[in-house]
Amino acid sequence: MKYWMIVKSGINRKKIRTFMTVFSIATAFLLFSLGRSVAVAFNSEVDFAGNDRLIVVSRLAFTESLPMAHKNRIEAVEGVSTVVWRQWFGGTYKERQNFFPKWPVPDNYFDVYPEWELSEGAQEAFSRNITGMIVGKDLADQFGWEIGDRIPIIADIWPKKGGGVWEFDLVGTYTNSISEEQGEAFINWKYFDEARLYETGRPGNYIVKIENPDQAESIAKEIDELFKNSLDETKTSTEEAFSRMFAEQIGNIGLIINSVLAASFFTILLLTGNTMSQAVRERTPELGALKAVGFTDRHIMLFVLAESFFLCIAGALIGVLIAYLLFPLFSGLAIGFSGEIEFSISILISAILVAFITAVISGVLPAYSAMRLNVVDALRKN
Amino acid sequence: MILEVNKLRKEVSSGDSKLVILDDVTFNLLEGQSLAITGPSGSGKSTLLGLLAGLDTATSGEIYLNRDALHELDEEQRALLRKEKVGFVFQSFELLPSLTALENVMLPSELKAEDEPEERAKYFLDRVGLKEREHHYPNQLSGGEQQRVAIARAFACSAKILFADEPTGNLDPKNGEMVSDLLFEVNAETDNALVIVTHDHDLADKCDKKINLKLGKIVE
Repeated sequence: MKYWMIVKSGINRKKIRTFMTVFSIATAFLLFSLGRSVAVAFNSEVDFAGNDRLIVVSRLAFTESLPMAHKNRIEAVEGVSTVVWRQWFGGTYKERQNFFPKWPVPDNYFDVYPEWELSEGAQEAFSRNITGMIVGKDLADQFGWEIGDRIPIIADIWPKKGGGVWEFDLVGTYTNSISEEQGEAFINWKYFDEARLYETGRPGNYIVKIENPDQAESIAKEIDELFKNSLDETKTSTEEAFSRMFAEQIGNIGLIINSVLAASFFTILLLTGNTMSQAVRERTPELGALKAVGFTDRHIMLFVLAESFFLCIAGALIGVLIAYLLFPLFSGLAIGFSGEIEFSISILISAILVAFITAVISGVLPAYSAMRLNVVDALRKN
Repeated sequence: MILEVNKLRKEVSSGDSKLVILDDVTFNLLEGQSLAITGPSGSGKSTLLGLLAGLDTATSGEIYLNRDALHELDEEQRALLRKEKVGFVFQSFELLPSLTALENVMLPSELKAEDEPEERAKYFLDRVGLKEREHHYPNQLSGGEQQRVAIARAFACSAKILFADEPTGNLDPKNGEMVSDLLFEVNAETDNALVIVTHDHDLADKCDKKINLKLGKIVE
């Protein structure tokens, strides 16, 4: 009680400054919690558990294509039920900002995605119409497309033989029954493969549906073994890991996020250190009075450190709590890039650890200078 | 003897030269006695008070406070001695602004882990006429009231000797007189010694003994 009274006095002395400091720290910890959840997802090992779909890409780079001949060999692996393929199309719809993923796929592509519900007659129309295109419901709504519309796509990666704009006929839409992801477009592989200028007969990657998710890891290894030491070695992983690889085209996302977090914490360190130094300067006569009535140098140092701890821990807990409340919204936005992200207890523990370190580093100098105050000089500061 | 001072000297360095603040100060004080230290500004009054209270260290000389050789103690030991035996009243009150009057008065008693600090604090607040203001914060009190809280704080911690540095210096004459009367009244109820640094001759005249300093030396 007696010591808390002093710490409380320091904290309450400038309520607005305390609030602003805690608010800044809370903001940093909000970013920390959300950023860490993504960084952890990017840096974690591939978890095969529960995955009944695998993605096979080139071991060289996931942008490299693979031979169509791989399909039959993959299909022959025990436990594999279906193999489909796709290729990243790129291309632009009218303006560059109208970005959405476009994939040339075979007719049976949708069989491996039972969670996608196609609009009535879409599958049949897609098989029948060589220029057919199926898009997510959200995407159709976004651009105001209706079934039967002709969608022009300007080529970039894949020019057409003879040049010109690619044109596809919208034959259906899909909705996703398990997530909000319904913003991609699928075009008919036959048309794409015949009309493209080069690399005919080579898909970008394979999607492999397996019978038993428990065998995902062993099947992945077996597929990669099949093509070991060939010209087209493979790397088989989960959809989540593929999403990460895709996002990491712009760089090491985990490192980028951690660097941004480190920079923000360096700023917080300076902010908290400055706040504490200012608080000690303003309270010099008070601290002198406390020493005069018998509080030791160690007491004074602990009071200042305790204030620093209060600011950092309170800020951290508030930040983590807000992050926890916002997490469902955030994970919905981030899932497309990093795969499944989690708000785990490790985030809370690491936040408290970081708060602890921040409190010590930012509080130690002001605490030391408070400890070293000469009582007589301190009392003369009035 | 509550306070015994022998040949006290205090020098401070000023560039290459040394400035003598106090020189050859010798006096003593009995339990229950009061002492006024007077003198013009810069005569070394506050420095002497700081040395007597164990807030600072002398260059040479001896101070015995309640028979403890203050001049031989390190900062940690002097802090302990201040906690156990010394009470303070400062010119600028030095109340903690975020604590109520009651909490401010309780603080030294709590530090000493005395029994029933709240009851003691309430008694002394009542004694200085601020019972009704115990839950008020310093900024809700006038200067005179704040100094009365500071007096209650100094007495509530069962000190052996009380040091007051210009206790009326920041108060108007009416409040100054009220505070100085109160200081002596409450002190009379204890066998505390009282050491007051002051420019106020009326206040000094109320003391049992007086020391007048000039250029760091006792002149009368």
